[in-house]
Amino acid sequence: MKFIERLYYPAVVKGLWITTRHLIGNLVRHGLFLAGLRKEPGLVTVQYPEQKRVLPPRSRTRHRLTRRSSGEPKCVACMLCATACPAECIHIEAGEHPDPTIEKYPVAFDIDLGRCVFCGLCVEACPVDAIRMDTGIIDLAAYDRHAMVLHKEELMNPPVVATPTGHPPTV
Amino acid sequence: MSGGGYLMTAGLGWFAGKAGFMIGMVMGFAGMLGWAERKQSAVMQDRVGANRASILGFRALGLFHPIADAIKMLTKEDFVPPFADKVLHLLAPLIAAVAAMSAFAFIPFGDEIHVGGRIVPLVAVPMDLSALYVLGVVGLAIYGPFLAGAASNSKYALMGSLRAAAQLISYEVTLGLTLMGVFLVFRSLDLQAIVQAQGGALLGGWLPRWGIVLQPFGFLLFLAAAIAETKRVPFDLPEGESEIIGYFVEYSGMRFGLFMIAEFIEIVLFSALMATLFFGGWQVPGLARLALPQAAVALIQVAAFFVKVALLCAFQLLIRWTLPRFRYDQLMALGWKRLLPLSLLNLLVTAAVLAWRG
Repeated sequence: MKFIERLYYPAVVKGLWITTRHLIGNLVRHGLFLAGLRKEPGLVTVQYPEQKRVLPPRSRTRHRLTRRSSGEPKCVACMLCATACPAECIHIEAGEHPDPTIEKYPVAFDIDLGRCVFCGLCVEACPVDAIRMDTGIIDLAAYDRHAMVLHKEELMNPPVVATPTGHPPTV
Repeated sequence: MSGGGYLMTAGLGWFAGKAGFMIGMVMGFAGMLGWAERKQSAVMQDRVGANRASILGFRALGLFHPIADAIKMLTKEDFVPPFADKVLHLLAPLIAAVAAMSAFAFIPFGDEIHVGGRIVPLVAVPMDLSALYVLGVVGLAIYGPFLAGAASNSKYALMGSLRAAAQLISYEVTLGLTLMGVFLVFRSLDLQAIVQAQGGALLGGWLPRWGIVLQPFGFLLFLAAAIAETKRVPFDLPEGESEIIGYFVEYSGMRFGLFMIAEFIEIVLFSALMATLFFGGWQVPGLARLALPQAAVALIQVAAFFVKVALLCAFQLLIRWTLPRFRYDQLMALGWKRLLPLSLLNLLVTAAVLAWRG
């Protein structure tokens, strides 16, 4: 090391200058923002849940089951999503559909969000575009494990959120 | 003995009042430091910091977080590890906190006030050896971490307390030697007399005769030794917040809370010592020219002292959040091989200059 580096204090002063610059600059910029004199806040924290970050448009969020025009789910209980799922979190119980062109329909469709790894393989596997992960819902906390299992009713009727993706949910 | 004689003449009431005022201010500062640590570190790092604790819907910039911390610590289980020494386990945080706080009895926070024909010096205990007593009390504070690890019946805690004790006694030496330079320059061990001696001006009335002007090198050494005594970053390997297990690993709840309070009080103590010895204490340059009534002068001086302490505390927080931590061998090498010879050199040069100037 050079002698001036061995002294240690000059490096300390340089470091203190950087942090002091940040301290004074942020105090001034954020103070002006709080006083209404500046548009951008000086500090980068996003105050969740009052403010939310905009997610990319293809973010994988909570699942939903799409519907046909008749209101029935598009899902034909072919089990491709349950087979593709690496976490084995999808459980489908098939039932016979009266319409012979739609042979089966899901009597029960459960997704265990506690096991789901949000990989999106179920969406890629589905041949009829019945399951999508575009609701934009990212706060999935629950108080016990049973409340983390989503059933067919919840999956078919996702709550409408101001999507964090910033894009309208696709139909 | 001037200590006992003072109590006899100026009365127990004045002593109790001043001591109570000092304790109140110090505890207030320690509480504010808990908030300031989070907020100042956050603003330094371009983020907002803790701002969610609220009372009746008022969040008040996160000022209620220290209260939330206190409630959390008070409601935790009071746990003593099995087969540990119960008495020492309780005594260690008490020694740390009490030693840190009792040094404030000797720090002058103002000049004097004239009340009812009596002149009351604004020191809780005016004594002509007060600086020496403060150094002694700081030496007592070493027992806190030392006993904490020894009483915990845990090998990790023991190693942590050995590190802490070794570091503290090493930097104690530098602390004392740099202060000797200050005592030589101001020719007194009485903290109040030292502050009063910093009232004049040099260089034709422009530069106040503060300790940092007369002993700049001593101030840098004292700063390093003081931060090492408080066991803060960059010298915080004994407690090593996140990476290494410290001496208070077996402490939880209010026992740990006492250690944290003791650490914050030590920060305030060393800020107050630096303000007193190097930054003119309660002196306000140019105040004498305004010819204000005595009560206003005293008030301004007390406020000036606490403003200086606050600024020095903020400076210590700035250093804590800027610098990386020392490795333990680097820390001990710095204490013994760099700071000790430099403080001796400082003493030598100071004595030589004073002898040459007569």
